[in-house]
Amino acid sequence: MRSRLPVVLVLPAVVGLAFLLVPLVGLLVEAPWGTLPAQLLSAEVGQALRLSLVCASLATLVCLVLGVPLAWLLARGDLPGRGVLRALVTVPLVLPPVVGGVALLLVLGRRGLAGQYLDQWFGISLPFTTTGVVLAEAFVAMPFLVISVEGALRAADPRYEEAAATLGASRWLTFRRVTLPGVMPGVVAGTVLCWARALGEFGATITFAGNFPGETTTMPLAVYLALETDPDAAIVLSIVLLLVSVGVLAGLRDRWIRA
Amino acid sequence: MRRALAVAALLLAGCGSPAATGPTKITVFAAASLTEAFTTLGERFEAANPRIEVVFSFAGSSALARQINQGAPADVFASAAPANMEQVTGTGAVTAAPVTFARNTLQIAVPKGNPAGITGIGDFGRAGLKIALCAEQVPCGAAAAEVFEAAGVTAAPDTVEQDVKAVLAKVSLGEVDAALVYRTDVRSGKDVEGLDFAEAAQAVNDYPIAPLAKASDAATAQAFVDHVLSPEGREVLTAAGFAAP
Repeated sequence: MRSRLPVVLVLPAVVGLAFLLVPLVGLLVEAPWGTLPAQLLSAEVGQALRLSLVCASLATLVCLVLGVPLAWLLARGDLPGRGVLRALVTVPLVLPPVVGGVALLLVLGRRGLAGQYLDQWFGISLPFTTTGVVLAEAFVAMPFLVISVEGALRAADPRYEEAAATLGASRWLTFRRVTLPGVMPGVVAGTVLCWARALGEFGATITFAGNFPGETTTMPLAVYLALETDPDAAIVLSIVLLLVSVGVLAGLRDRWIRA
Repeated sequence: MRRALAVAALLLAGCGSPAATGPTKITVFAAASLTEAFTTLGERFEAANPRIEVVFSFAGSSALARQINQGAPADVFASAAPANMEQVTGTGAVTAAPVTFARNTLQIAVPKGNPAGITGIGDFGRAGLKIALCAEQVPCGAAAAEVFEAAGVTAAPDTVEQDVKAVLAKVSLGEVDAALVYRTDVRSGKDVEGLDFAEAAQAVNDYPIAPLAKASDAATAQAFVDHVLSPEGREVLTAAGFAAP
């Protein structure tokens, strides 16, 4: 027989769930459902939604390529000052995103520390481009991936890696065939968090990449501007973004996370 | 236990009515473009009325109007556009009729030294330049659209920003070659130069102010409005670059 769930855990859990969900219910109750189909089919919404999905996915890809090795280095590398490094990686989490955007401008902008050379030598200008959106989103979202992968790596049993090493596997082979499969749930969870954060990114994006329809106007930017003149449209846009992200995440969950 | 009581007593003291001992507080919701002028006006008002404390909330006019209509505790509303004031008067949140207290016009803002050699409004259609404008949903963007129509220029912006201060920041950082912002913003901006152009007269922005029905102290709210409309208020506004109505 299963014992009863302890009230001391269940009560705060239910309150927590309500706290997270009630604002969403508010959004759904206030929504002008009549105009939803028309909004969904409008060219601007389609454009913003497509851009959001593409940029968030590309940003997640950037985070995976750079973030997983970084997490490995933080968890396994024998670095001096690893604790400080670990804290620094989380800086984009505590930084207000708008400040993150300003920081990106100061480094990669046309007059930025590195950006001025990109502009002079290669004619590359990152602000106000779709690439800029991807960079801003990756900057803000990468810590989510690094933290969850690093946590998984530190919880993993290092003896499997040691066993692989004694059998003559190189560190790269060990990483690919032993370490990575072992921490896959952590990588998937981090990827999902990272993608979700990138999809909702607003502050760093509008500051670094600006706002231009078709180029840099992602859904959160479209929502913010719609709020200026037409709150109903803003609610509809929010719901579209909400439905798409919940749909994608639920789909992923069924396919990947259970495995 | 004793410590808990002391904390409770402190909390109670903090929550108590300030009318008996503390100063009277009024909250003024003002458009972002009024930040510098109203901060000065607030300091002078407090100096002249030591028992009154003025608190400001500066933001985009439409955001402020929305907050007021949702029940935000504001005593006075100063808007950068009559349309946003009408959003508030429409719901009966205003006691006296709004009065226009200042006017603002657009100016071309360029980074210090004008590196791209901008000469006039026609340059906004030139290819290869980085241009920032306000989104048409906000007052400065609507004004810019009128100006471009009057000048017969098709602007090619690289970014349309959510408010005028965001546009100004892009100019200050040298990320864009030119932008259209209010004359008052150019004056408050760092590393920014302003260029006048004739078509600016086609889009003059009126700034209305009104005390709000929800004001905790109607007399003080009205006194602040009178202070803004006084000759001294006029002087501060003129120094910030606003024209007289």
